[in-house]
Parts: sequence; C-alpha cells; structure tokens
Amino acid sequence: MDSLGYLLAALTPYHVALAIGGVVAGTVVGSLPGLTATMAVAVLIPITFSMQPASALILMGAIYTGAIYGGAYAAILLNTPGTPSAIATTFDGYPMAKRGDGDLAITLACIASVCGGLVGALFLLFLAPPLANVALSFGPVEYFWLAILGLTLISALSQGNLLKGLIGACFGLLLSCIGVAEISADVRLTFDSQTLLGGIETVSALIGLYCIPVLIDLVATPDRHLKVENVSRGYRLHEALGISWRNKFNLARSSVLGTLVGILPGAGGSIAGLVAYSEARRSSKQQGSFGHGAPEGVQATESANNATVGGGFIPTLVLGIPGTPPDAVILGALLIQGVRTGPNLFTEHGSIVYVFIWGLLIATVLMLPIGLLIGRYAYRSIVTVPKALLVPTVAFMTLIGTYAIRNSVSDVAIMIILGVLGWVLGRFGFSASPIVLGLILGSIAEQGFVQGWIIGAAAENLWGEFFGRPISVGIFAFILLSLFSPLLLSRFRVKREMARAD
Amino acid sequence: MLTTVKRVILAPLTAALMLLSAGAIAEYPEKAISYVIPFGPGGESDITARHQQPFFKKKFGKDLVVSYKPGGGGAVGWAQLNDMPGDGYNIMGVNLPHIIVKPLQKDVGFKTNDLAVIYMFHYTPDAVVVTTDSQFKTLQDLIDHAKKNPGKVTFSGSGKGTANHLAQVTFDKLAGTKTTYVAFKGTGASVTALLGNQVMGQWGYTSVGAKHSDKVRLLAVAMEQRHPRFPDVPTFKELGFDIVSGAYRGIAVPNSTPEDIRAKLSSLIDQINADAEFKKKMENDGFALVNVDYKGMQAFMEEKRKGYVAAAKEAGVIK
Repeated sequence: MDSLGYLLAALTPYHVALAIGGVVAGTVVGSLPGLTATMAVAVLIPITFSMQPASALILMGAIYTGAIYGGAYAAILLNTPGTPSAIATTFDGYPMAKRGDGDLAITLACIASVCGGLVGALFLLFLAPPLANVALSFGPVEYFWLAILGLTLISALSQGNLLKGLIGACFGLLLSCIGVAEISADVRLTFDSQTLLGGIETVSALIGLYCIPVLIDLVATPDRHLKVENVSRGYRLHEALGISWRNKFNLARSSVLGTLVGILPGAGGSIAGLVAYSEARRSSKQQGSFGHGAPEGVQATESANNATVGGGFIPTLVLGIPGTPPDAVILGALLIQGVRTGPNLFTEHGSIVYVFIWGLLIATVLMLPIGLLIGRYAYRSIVTVPKALLVPTVAFMTLIGTYAIRNSVSDVAIMIILGVLGWVLGRFGFSASPIVLGLILGSIAEQGFVQGWIIGAAAENLWGEFFGRPISVGIFAFILLSLFSPLLLSRFRVKREMARAD
Repeated sequence: MLTTVKRVILAPLTAALMLLSAGAIAEYPEKAISYVIPFGPGGESDITARHQQPFFKKKFGKDLVVSYKPGGGGAVGWAQLNDMPGDGYNIMGVNLPHIIVKPLQKDVGFKTNDLAVIYMFHYTPDAVVVTTDSQFKTLQDLIDHAKKNPGKVTFSGSGKGTANHLAQVTFDKLAGTKTTYVAFKGTGASVTALLGNQVMGQWGYTSVGAKHSDKVRLLAVAMEQRHPRFPDVPTFKELGFDIVSGAYRGIAVPNSTPEDIRAKLSSLIDQINADAEFKKKMENDGFALVNVDYKGMQAFMEEKRKGYVAAAKEAGVIK
C-alpha cells in the first residue's frame, strides 16, 4: 500500500470518529488537574482489546494529544498545570488571563499545540528510524546535565530575587528525596511515617503549589478572578493567527525541541516545555516581558509539549522503548494485541504504523476546531461563573484529581499541606516554580549522577564520564551560557551606557 | 386435576427454593473484581495482569478491573491491602522478591506474613542480556573478561534489592567474579542503558529478549529448563551455576477474605493458567508460567524466602 492508501485508510468514517472522540475526551481529561494523559490512556486499554491495532493506536494517540493540549486551560485560567507538561504555560498564560487576554491565550495555545503536534507527527512519519537512536545516545550523565540545565532556568524565572529562587529550588530538591529512593532503595526523610513512603507525587505537588494559593487568594480578595471585557470578542482567531505568524520561528524551534526531548525516554513533556520556554526567552528581543504575559511564552511551551507526542512515539515504535509515560501504557496495549514493535514494524507492518501516523495527523488537525470550541466554552465558564461557585467547584476538582492519581488519600493530604505552605511562602516572595523545578528535576539529576558515578568509577574514568562525552559537553556549554549570559549581557550593557555617557 | 393444582402451587415454591439455595452457594464471582496493581501502568506487572483480563472475562463472564496504586516500589499498595473489604472482589498483585525483601529492610507498613497470597501465576526468569554486537558470545566469555578485569564489567538492572540485583550478587558469588551493578528505574530504563551501550550487559529478564529480539542476545537464563521461546539459550544450571530465579508475580487478597473464596479464586486463576492460548501468549512475551495455588503457597514462600534472604544479606540490602 502506498502512502495515499494509508491516508485513505486513516480517513474512514470510523477512524475519523475515533480521532474526534479521542481528541474531545482527551482535551476534557487534560483540562482537569490531576487527570493525566497516562491515566486517560490506561482507562481505555480494555476497550482497545477488541479493536484492530491501527484503530486502537489512533484512539489512544488522539486522547493523548488532546490531553496534552487540554492541560493548557487550567494553566492559563487557574494558574494550575492540568498536566506536568503545562507547567511553563502558567508562566505567561496566567498573567495574560489576569489582564483580560485569557481568550487570546487559549486560542494561541490551540494554534501552537496543533503546530507542535503536526511537527512531531511529521518527524515520526518521515524520520522515525534514524531519530530513534537519539533515545539511546542519552546516558545517565546526559540526563544529569539536562536536569541541571533545567535547574539553571531558575535564575531566569526569579529575576531580581535569585536568592529566594535558589532557596525555593533547594526546598524542591529536598522534597524530591522523600520516600523510597529510586536507585539505592534507601528510605529517606520519611520520619518513620508510612504516608511519606511513596514520596511526593509530582502532579499532586503541582496542584497544591499552584492551585491552592490561587483558590485562597480568590477567597481572600474581593476582585473578580480574571479581568473581563464586556464586549464579546469571539475567538480572537485573526489576532492569534497574526501573532503566530510573527512568531513562526519560535513555533518551529519549540516544536523541533519538543520532538527531540520527546524522543528521550527519561525526559518528557514538562522538560520539553521548560527547555523551549527558556530558549524562546533567551532569543527574544523583549526578555523583560516573559513572565508578565508574553504570548511567545505560551506558544513555546504549548508547541513543544504537543510535539513530544509524535516525538515520544519514535522510540516507542522503533525500539520498543517508551518515550513518555503514556507511551509505556500504549506499548503495553500493543504487546497484548500481539504487535511487536521494532524497525520491522515500519517495513512489514506499514498498514498499522502508517495508518496510525496519518490518523494522528488527522487528529491533530481536528484539534484546531475542537480545541477552539472547547477552549471558548472553558474560558466562558471560568470567567462568568460567580466566585461563590467557582471556588468550591475547583477545590472539589483538585481533591478528586489528586486522589485519582494513585488512589491515595495521603496524596490529598500532602497536596493540601503543600498548597497552604505555597501560599504562605508566596506571601514572602517565594514563587512556586523553583520549588516544582527542584522537585521534578531533582530525582532525574540524582539518578543520572549516581548512575554516571558508578559507571565512571567502574571504568576508572570519572572525569571522562562526566566531561568527556560529546553530548554532555554540548549540554554543559549550554548550562554555562544560560548561567553567565545574563551576567555578561548586563556588564556589556553597563559598559555601553558608560561609553555613551562619556 | 389434583396434580395440576399441586403443580401450580409447587412450581413457584420450588422456583423460590432453588433461588434461595442458589443465593446460599452463590457462584463466585457474581460481579466485577477490582484488581489493584501496586505499580504504575505500562510495567510488566500491569502487562501480565492485562493478559489475564480477557481470559477471566471469557471464562467466568465477569470483568477484572485493573487499577494502579504505585509508590514505594509497591509498598504503598501492600500496606493498604488488608484495609480493603475481604469479600473476594478486591484483589491485588504481589511480586517476589519485593514482598519478602522490603519488610526486612525497614518498616514499610506491612509484613510478608500479613499478605494472604492465593496464587503465583508466573515468573519472569532472570537472564544475562547483551547486545547483538557485544564482545561476549557466551557466558564463559563474560566470566573470563570479568576475572581479568575485576569490577570493570558493568551491568544495568532494575532497582536495588530486586530480582535483578539479587541474581547479580548470587552469580558473582558462584562464579567468583566481581562485577558492577548499576540500578535503573525499571526494566525499560535498564534496557535503554544496555542498547545505548552505557553498560556492558544487563541483568534483565527473558521478556527483554522477547521484546528486543533483533537487538539483544541472552547468554543464560535462570530456569530449570530452557525457555521454549529461546531453545538455544542455556540455563545457568547447565553451565554449572545453581540459579533459578526471577520476578514472581501473583495475587493476594485482604486477610479478612474467607477461606472458601480464597480457594475458589485460586482455582479460577489456575484455570486461566491452564488455558493453552494464555500460556502461548505469555511464553511468547518471554514469561514462564508457574502454578503455585493456595494450598502450595506456604511451602513455596518458605523456600523462596530462604534464597532471597541469603542473597539480600550478601548484597548488603538487609542486615
């Protein structure tokens, strides 16, 4: 069958219906904090038993991509990442919503998600086998440096308040140590409490640290939640398309970065969003506007995290190594169906893989109208619902969502405690993001460091292990750039101004 | 005439009696069973439970509903098992060596004997895995190299105090070698490290060989007999090392569950294990079925405990 045949097979009413249903369901699930893409896909597994592999993949892929986009709603409207992938969306999305541009932010997020999703899926379509090797070229040390690179973003996020940012990050790193250590199996910082054995679950920490302070502030202040204009402005699609066209390089760069990070099994959507965000900020002419409602920030994150969908499928289908957590579930479902992943899948089972990839592309395109519609509805309901109804509804959702992650009441307790703590810390000028970065990146950095150290020590070449591998050196150079470029830039500016003054 | 009257009166009576008696010896299961996996979705514990799912439905007409309660390497789920209702409709996956080794390391909220394990349905045999382009063609190649370069042969594996880790420790002791074990987060990450040549070999499972058959080679498997999927790969026993081990998976119920339901559930799982198609699917994925039912559980656990405790002490995982 040629590619036109595959495309036609993906365009059957049944497959299109699966794609539409998947995107709608995914978007709704993703928009609810606590309900993640992984969970949505896992719930579907029994349904897919009776389906053809290609149809099952299309349904799961559509849910997955919809959920990653849906995470943007809560990030923009409630300052709460619906999924970890949307952390960096809060940085600029929420400030935009605060000043009354929430509708614009959601439309921008939708366009960016579709762009990112298409780029990721096209890479999957054309370059999957060679790109899969990227997944293998990243060893423990590379993940260690990648996590450190992510941590340097703290200096950018906490402008003028570096000390508080670093304190927050250290707190987050400490939180990441709680529970049974992933590598050494040591039980750490649990103070003999069984509640803490399972560690701090990332998504419940996200909900607590981001959403609870917003809820408390909503109750504590008489203002409206978001500023609203009285004139109905529709989708602001025209305006959003204009902004997207002006930022096409940002979108392209972020999508490619997202695809590449998606290929890395140890990274995932949250890191993809953060890396794309910091790159967008670094190369922007108006760095100052980032963090205060810069549309570019929303675009970078949202295009990057949707690109991880296609990117993550690359090692999943070519190597049988899941690129992201939802991919692990999808891989399991394929195994049960008797589908063997591997390079052969592309050559011998094209009718499965290529029909699926076309189906994913179709689902991604369909996300534009569907996402705009649901987004408009989400925006209206959050903006028009009176506070007295909004606060209890969102509070209830955070409780249910947190419980649903691991069916655990202790996670709910931890979420609330972290939330109150986050609110108090916020009063003293500590923001949530450095804490969350420490929590997420801490365990990645620790694992990479310990594994790299053991391997380096066994080869009696520690120095070479950490500083002698080409990719490590590359990432290390970026770390130096990211750490010292603000310093050098400001010194350069001072010099120039002094020269001007002369 | 009389008989008709009798019949008219008796018929509903008999029907009612039959209903009553049916209620008393109700066919378990009457409704869907909640099957909690104490790990995240996508891992082997999930996949093997998913393999059972359609067979359970087909044979007994009721659903097994899989959900997840991950955390603490399974400890979070097991610590809560006995708080669940013991009505036969709440069951949980259990893994060896986890449920034996973890409680000995620290107070993890449960003791091995607290868990009412009613069936062990398969194990994933340990195996030494190398990439197809590896310099090690046989296990002997690897042993020779390790003896010449103590500590320099690196193995990836999933976690510490796990089946992989304990197998590595046992092997080092039996073969007289000193190798380096690098723990990764789960088998997926440990395979990735092997395929990316971050390590020289992997203490993995036969399932790794099945899943990545085009890229890896098994040097030996820790089974009594060769695995049907890998007829050319010798067992450790054939090569002179007494290692039969792996990650065993089974099902436990809350300890308030009545004896007759435990026995019934054990026989249901046994019937799935006896299904030829189920066996074929599991073996094709590299798993190996074991049929340890409720009656034989105590003896089985006792035997496994001895081996795991000795290896875990050797590994320094427990004191």
